[in-house]
This record gives sequence, structure tokens and C-alpha cells, in this order.
Amino acid sequence: MSMPAPTLLQTALTDPQSVRSCSPAQWDLLVRQARRANLLGRLGSTLQETGLMAAVPGAPRQHLVAAGVICRRQSISVRWEVQCIRQALARCGTPIVLLKGAAYEMAGLPPARGRLFSDVDILVPRALLDAVESALMLDGWQASDHDAYDQHYYRAWMHEIPPLRHVRRDTTIDVHHNILPAIARVRVDAQALIDAAVPVPGWDGVRVLQPVDMLLHSATHLFHEGEFANGLRDLFDIDALLRHFGTDARFWDDLVPRAATLGLGRSLYYALHTSTQVLGTPVPPRVLASAQAWRPVRPVAALMSWCWRHALQPAHASAETAAVRSARAALYLRSHWLRMPFPLMVWHLGRKAWLRTRKNEEAAMAPQAAEKRAP
Amino acid sequence: MKVAQLPRDELARRLRRGELLLELPPFVARLRSDVASLARDIADMYGEFAVSSPEAFADFSVEVSREPGLRRWYKPQARFYYDDQPSFAPLPAEQAFPMIEWGLNWCVAAHAHQYLTIHAAVIERGGRAAVMPAPPGSGKSTLCAGLIQRGWRLLSDELALLDMDTGLIHGMARPVSLKNASIAAIRDFAPEAVMTPPVPDTVKGTVALLQPPGASVRRVREPARAAWIVLPSYERGAPPVFSPHGKERAFMTLAEQSFNYDMHGARGFEATGRLVDQCDCLRFNYGGLDDAAAAFERLAAASPP
Repeated sequence: MSMPAPTLLQTALTDPQSVRSCSPAQWDLLVRQARRANLLGRLGSTLQETGLMAAVPGAPRQHLVAAGVICRRQSISVRWEVQCIRQALARCGTPIVLLKGAAYEMAGLPPARGRLFSDVDILVPRALLDAVESALMLDGWQASDHDAYDQHYYRAWMHEIPPLRHVRRDTTIDVHHNILPAIARVRVDAQALIDAAVPVPGWDGVRVLQPVDMLLHSATHLFHEGEFANGLRDLFDIDALLRHFGTDARFWDDLVPRAATLGLGRSLYYALHTSTQVLGTPVPPRVLASAQAWRPVRPVAALMSWCWRHALQPAHASAETAAVRSARAALYLRSHWLRMPFPLMVWHLGRKAWLRTRKNEEAAMAPQAAEKRAP
Repeated sequence: MKVAQLPRDELARRLRRGELLLELPPFVARLRSDVASLARDIADMYGEFAVSSPEAFADFSVEVSREPGLRRWYKPQARFYYDDQPSFAPLPAEQAFPMIEWGLNWCVAAHAHQYLTIHAAVIERGGRAAVMPAPPGSGKSTLCAGLIQRGWRLLSDELALLDMDTGLIHGMARPVSLKNASIAAIRDFAPEAVMTPPVPDTVKGTVALLQPPGASVRRVREPARAAWIVLPSYERGAPPVFSPHGKERAFMTLAEQSFNYDMHGARGFEATGRLVDQCDCLRFNYGGLDDAAAAFERLAAASPP
């Protein structure tokens, strides 16, 4: 099966020197692809680190500069937000384990460079979930507007409670009690993740997952995913984590056994396979060989590989082919298949499709709502 | 090449194919639309602006396209797209041109963080610029529209782009957006001014766009240094009066009217401080454009302190 050719964006990020030969029209497309894939900040920091910023023509460079402004602002905001969360949860006696973007930022890890994210994700023990939610609400976080079905969806079936939004700062927090849904096909021992979490230096009470767990979470998240707006960005995160943690031989020794203990071997296999194939991530052959144990049977493995490679194209019209659309549709179904039992999946997706049609109709009836934000 | 030099059918063709690159210094916008009347509005309003080759770099790729299905015939609607993604809800197709204008403002305000962007009109005379930050309804656009008919150079009626390194303000000299009673007021004040036909029933009421003076467009690449911060307020029949406005309050107004002040942190604070320090900060109460123009004439004639 044929694989998609690397996009301008992918080439620019894996081989930054390639931007030297970009024409104005290619810069135009590169900036647009990067913005849509949420990788404009990453592109800017990559070109900065490789000393190539001066080689970027003035007009596209301004877009990279502007993305850098947002990223620097975000790294300040995240620290303040984490400080607020820590204060709100001080009496709960729970460790706060940061996940994803906020974790990369606070732990100063390479994926944080130029990465934009909109909410802070934390993991807390399930037994303390009620206490955590109450403490956050006392401190100004409020449940966003979710109907009864959504509430039930989150609370009964998912691995997080509905997002909470702070009334004054307008920031969002996602409180997780696990990294996979409660009704998913794979059950993960969340307590083991929390117990092994490591402190963030200078931030008492704030932790991040230990390196192998952080990689496994990132892999599990992306390779259970059904929506790919940030798919390529997440693959670059995995690549950056592997390159960073991989300088320590113990990381590679621990990775495969840990995946086995947590039951996350399949996701690890997909992550290593896709990242090495698409981004040329250096992974020791012995690790790749052990991860092969979790490869699905051959035709399925080939099909899945085709799906991931297509679905992880930048979320931009220029990269959207029929193959990309079908791969995304297939993985969307798969994500729900993995997330919930079959009868529930049929009911849930049916309901979503129905709501979507109704929403489109309503949008057509009430045309002028979103206009207010334009100056 | 200027828009006015493009044959009308070539302009329409480029617009249809998304090959119309309009230079709005410091930006370039790529425009695409299947709304036929747009080519006329663009030719009328942007005639003096330069076009780039379709192969050039564009900062913002925007599109206004007619909604498919029944909406093609029944009360046609059009929608604004930013880089192929629908942004904002669809609006009646007659609003296509105002929609492009609002959409471009949004593009700049939401993305151009290389500048401190301020919701303000900026006009210049004799090398000195007046920045007029003000909430809607203060008569800022009307005043700006009037003054640019009386020798002031237009930088912008909506968006001041402050380069925090040089302290200079850039504008795009784009058409001035007039609302409701302002349309007739400007027509009375300057009967020769060129405007688009008024578009009724928009979210902002009836809207017409005013062609920017050619002299302003030809100097669009020249940024200006601010000498005054003026907070206008219109009051029917009031005499034109400038009164001092505290620098600290002018600072707060600029910060509140900025789209990205919070994003720049200390750098934005310092830049806003320098801007306020270098300017005379004034309130301006006025009740008619003739009086206002005379008052601004005296302001420009007074030697700098």
C-alpha cells in the first residue's frame, strides 16, 4: 500500500535545512500547514535552534515571531495556573500529577518548545475525585455547559470529569482519574502511574509521570485517538520524548517491561513503529524487536500502518486526500470501539450524528451569532 | 501593478481562483470569492493598492463563498473562510464586502503578535500621528473619515500596529467603515467622497465603506510616530473642545483597547508606557465635523512642546 509523501511541514521539521530552498509560494503553504497542525511555534523554535531563522524571508518570519510571542506568554500563564491549582487543592492531600502539555512545560522537556495547548490536564486518585472537584469549585472553577447525557458520559464511562472552567481567568482544567476510559477494552492501573510519578523541582506537591510512563501515556493517547487535529503534533511530541529520554539507557531497559505491566504494549508498538517510520526517530533495534510482540497479525498491521500514516498528515486542506479522509473515518470508529462496548458505541455515535445534523440546521437558522468577535 | 490597472475581467478571474494577492502593507492578503459583486467593491475601494503575483507569499488567505444547497437561490448567504476553514457564521450574500473587511481585521488582530495591536484609528499630519483609541459608538470612525477628507493621512480607522522596537505605528490605509448616521454625515461633509452602496441589516446596522484617499494609500509603507492620543466623544451640537486627559488613564485605555496587550507581558507594558510618554493625551468632545476639522487644524499647527 502506498504511503503519503512527506508534506512540506514534515520535511521542514525533520530536515530544517530544507527551508533554505523554499520559494515564496512554498513558505505560504508551509506557514499555513504549520498553523493548522498547531506546529507553527515548534517550527519557529526548531529554526531558531538550528540557526536558520535568519535564512527565513521577512514576511513568513513574522509569523514565526508572532507564534513565539504566544508560546512565551503561555509558559508564564501555565506556571501561574499550576500555582492556582496547587493552592486550590492544598487541603485535599492529593498529589497533583500533571499530564501532557502542562507536564512538558513544567518539567522543561523538549516537546514543550513552541507547543501550544489550551487546558491543563491533571491526574488524581479516583478515591479523591469528589474532594478534588469540590475544592476546585470552591476556588472558582465551574462545570462548563454540559447536558445530562454529557455528564453521564463523562462520569460513568470516561477517565475524566467534564472540563471545569475558571470563572475569572477563563482557563480550563481537565481532571483525570485514569489515562484510558473506565469502560475501555484496556484497563490501566492508574494508582501505579501516580505512585511512580516524579516531583517537579521547585514545585512542592506537583508531579509529572516518570519518563517511561510519560511516553506510554503520550503513545496511548495518540494511538487510541479518533480525532486528528493535533495528530502530527502529538507524533512530534512522542519523537521528542524518545530522543530526550533515550539518552539514558535505563529508559530503553524499562520501556517494554513497563508497557507489559500496564497493558499498553499495542500502543507502544504503534508509537515506535510510526515514529521511526515517519520521523526517523532513533530507537535501539532490540527495543523495536521486543515491541514487535504487540504487532497485530500481518494484514492488520499493514492496514493500521497505512491508516496512521494517512491520518497523521497535517490537518490542512492541502494534505487532505480521499485516503486521508477514509483513514481518519476508520480510526474514528476504532477509537470508539476501543473506548466502549459495541452496543454503547452504536447508541453513542448515533446520538452524536443526530445532534450534529440538528446543530447544523440551527446554525443555518441563526446566522449572525459568531460575528461579534470581529473588531 | 495596482488594482485599478487590472482589467475588470482579470480582477474577477483572479478573485474567483484565489489568485488575487492584495498588498495591505505590512501584510499581503490572498482573496478568493464566488460572489460576483465583490470584484466591483474591491476595484472601487482598493484601486490604488498594489497587487502581488499569485506566486508570492500571502500572510492571510481568506475567502468569502456562497453557501451551497438551497441557500444558493433562497436568501443567498455567504461565509467567511480563513485558510479553507469556515470562521464565523454565514451572513446574507450582500454583506460579502463588509464580511471581508471584518474578516481581515480579525486575521490581523488574532495573529499579528509581532505588533502590539490596538483598536484605534490613526491619522497623521506633518509627521505627527494622532491615535484615537475608543470603544464603538464614540464617533472615532466618523471623525477619522472626516479628517482624512481635510488633509490628514489615513493609517487606519480600526487597527493601530505598534512596532515595539521602533515605537512607530503601521496602518494599512484600508477603507473606513462607516455605520448608520455616519454615512449621511460624511456624504454631507464631503460629497466627493467615494463609498460602497450602504449595506443594511448587518450586525453593526447599515454599513458603508469609504474609499481611502489616494495620497494615503501611496504612502502606506511609511509608518508614523504618535504625537497625540485623542479620546473622541461625539455629543450632538457640542462645541469642539480638547481637554487634558491623564497619562495613566490614557495608558489604561490603550491597554483595554489592545487585542494582545496581555500577550506581550512586560514588553507590552513598557511599549505602552513609552507611547503614552511621548504623546499629548487629550479628550476631544465634538458635535460636528466642520468644527472638529478646524480644531484638529489648530492642533496640527501648534508647534510640538
